Amino acid sequence: MPDIIEADDLTKTYNEIVAVSHIRFSVKKGEIFGFLGPNGAGKTTTMRMIECVSPRTSGTLRVFGMDPDTDPARIKQRIGVVPQETNLDPDFTCQGNLLTYARYFDIPPADAEKRAENLLAFVALTEKRNTAIDKLSGGMKRRLILARALINNPDLLILDEPTIGLDPQARHLIWERLRLLRTQGNTIVLTTHYLDEAARLCDRLVIMDHGTFLVEGTPADLVREQVGSEIIEMDNTPEVITCLADLGVPYESFGDQVQVATDASRELAKTLLDRCKTSRVSTRPATLEDVFLKLTGRTLRE
Amino acid sequence: MPSIWSFPRITRRAGKVWQRNLNVFFKTWKVNFFPPFIEALLYLTAIGLGIGTYIGTIDGVSYIRYIAPAVLAISAMNSAFFECTYGSYVRMYYQKSFDAIIATPLSIEDVIAGELLWGATRSVISVTIMLPVLVVFGVISLPFSLLAIPLAFLGGLTFAGLAMCFTAITPSIDTLNYPSFLLITPMMLFSGTFFPLSVLPAIFQYVALAIFPLTHLVALMRMATLPSVGALLPLNIAWILVATIIFCIISINLMRRRLIV
Repeated sequence: MPDIIEADDLTKTYNEIVAVSHIRFSVKKGEIFGFLGPNGAGKTTTMRMIECVSPRTSGTLRVFGMDPDTDPARIKQRIGVVPQETNLDPDFTCQGNLLTYARYFDIPPADAEKRAENLLAFVALTEKRNTAIDKLSGGMKRRLILARALINNPDLLILDEPTIGLDPQARHLIWERLRLLRTQGNTIVLTTHYLDEAARLCDRLVIMDHGTFLVEGTPADLVREQVGSEIIEMDNTPEVITCLADLGVPYESFGDQVQVATDASRELAKTLLDRCKTSRVSTRPATLEDVFLKLTGRTLRE
Repeated sequence: MPSIWSFPRITRRAGKVWQRNLNVFFKTWKVNFFPPFIEALLYLTAIGLGIGTYIGTIDGVSYIRYIAPAVLAISAMNSAFFECTYGSYVRMYYQKSFDAIIATPLSIEDVIAGELLWGATRSVISVTIMLPVLVVFGVISLPFSLLAIPLAFLGGLTFAGLAMCFTAITPSIDTLNYPSFLLITPMMLFSGTFFPLSVLPAIFQYVALAIFPLTHLVALMRMATLPSVGALLPLNIAWILVATIIFCIISINLMRRRLIV
């Protein structure tokens, strides 16, 4: 069976500006695949090409084995989209949004009502059935958008920053629902800035910057390969810097902190405590965030 | 990138956008049905009966009977034009509804075609509400005046297409004011609406016939309500048909250019 998404040499330029440059990836059935990267990395552009709303400039792209350029309606019939920007229809209630959206997919009205009811329950919004969109909180709106994306029982769910701006409760609810969807065999592609979110959810992910992929793999593998298992943190003092340089330990310093990535934290921490005149040496497990910052740098993006 | 002249591929799914707008319209039907009704009453009493007292007849027709078809044509123009400028712009830009819809099997061509059809439908609704008022005033004759309904659809589609061209290129909602008062307002006054074009210098008559869609719609409406066939009937019909096709095709392609990047 072919993969759900296959992209090769995929490129998108907007008036000479290259947004996505020659990327290659495939997404298998039933996995959660993540796109990480700073603002402007090309994540949303990639999502929009998969969603068949933005034509590619060059390269090949197949979704369910079909070409978005020639078969957009048949592809879109099987996709659910959670866009970055909330675009619920303010002229309708929660239920009205789902029913109106169902019509775009040719879902018969009786069937649509049943699905809308189930989906409102799925995202815990049953009681808001008849509430106008502008009366919903940010978290409720995101949940309703998730429900809307599921109205056509999609084989592929695409989420662009699904939990942006949500409180922890709402984020956890969405995560839990996404994992539930995966166990039901759905394929999910998402973009996120939240590294903990990616680490929790994604089976595989890519880190993108300036339109190209920097790395690809499972979250655990990426952390191990790129950073090591643990991070030692110390205060950023001249003594510590000199000491690390003397010991020949590679380090990274920024702000008031010095970080050393290692696979043998216990021994190294002991050495550092003994040799460097520092009051604070703490160790923590390395995370995806360390990989991300290592690869994309600490410079602020627009 | 398709040119602005290429014929857009529209599917029957366009009807779903039309239906969405219809649903929203009927949710607030009381406020939506009232204005055309009041508008007809106001025009007929103030201009028809008021000013009409001093005018008497135009081309052998009482003044109130003369302006009655213009009231219908102007209402058809305004309904479609404002629906497909401000209405469509709000849905496109502020509500992001078009973005939401093109993530479903609908294409942008379907969405805009649905909006255009809906604009024409607004014209039909307005004219249909006005007709009984005009009948009660006894200023239009039946059954030929019922032709005003299909004419409202055709003329509505003309103005919907024209409006959507502006919506496709406007930088903001404020700049939509320009076509409203530089095009729609002059058109309302100088299209053979409240006085015959023949009283104007020849050059104005040619301009009105060449570039004002309303001139042709008023002429056709007048033929239906009097009823009396005018000499320019073939020109009026041909002009409206050709303009409608051109406006609608260009507007869909311009919208595609604006929204699909």
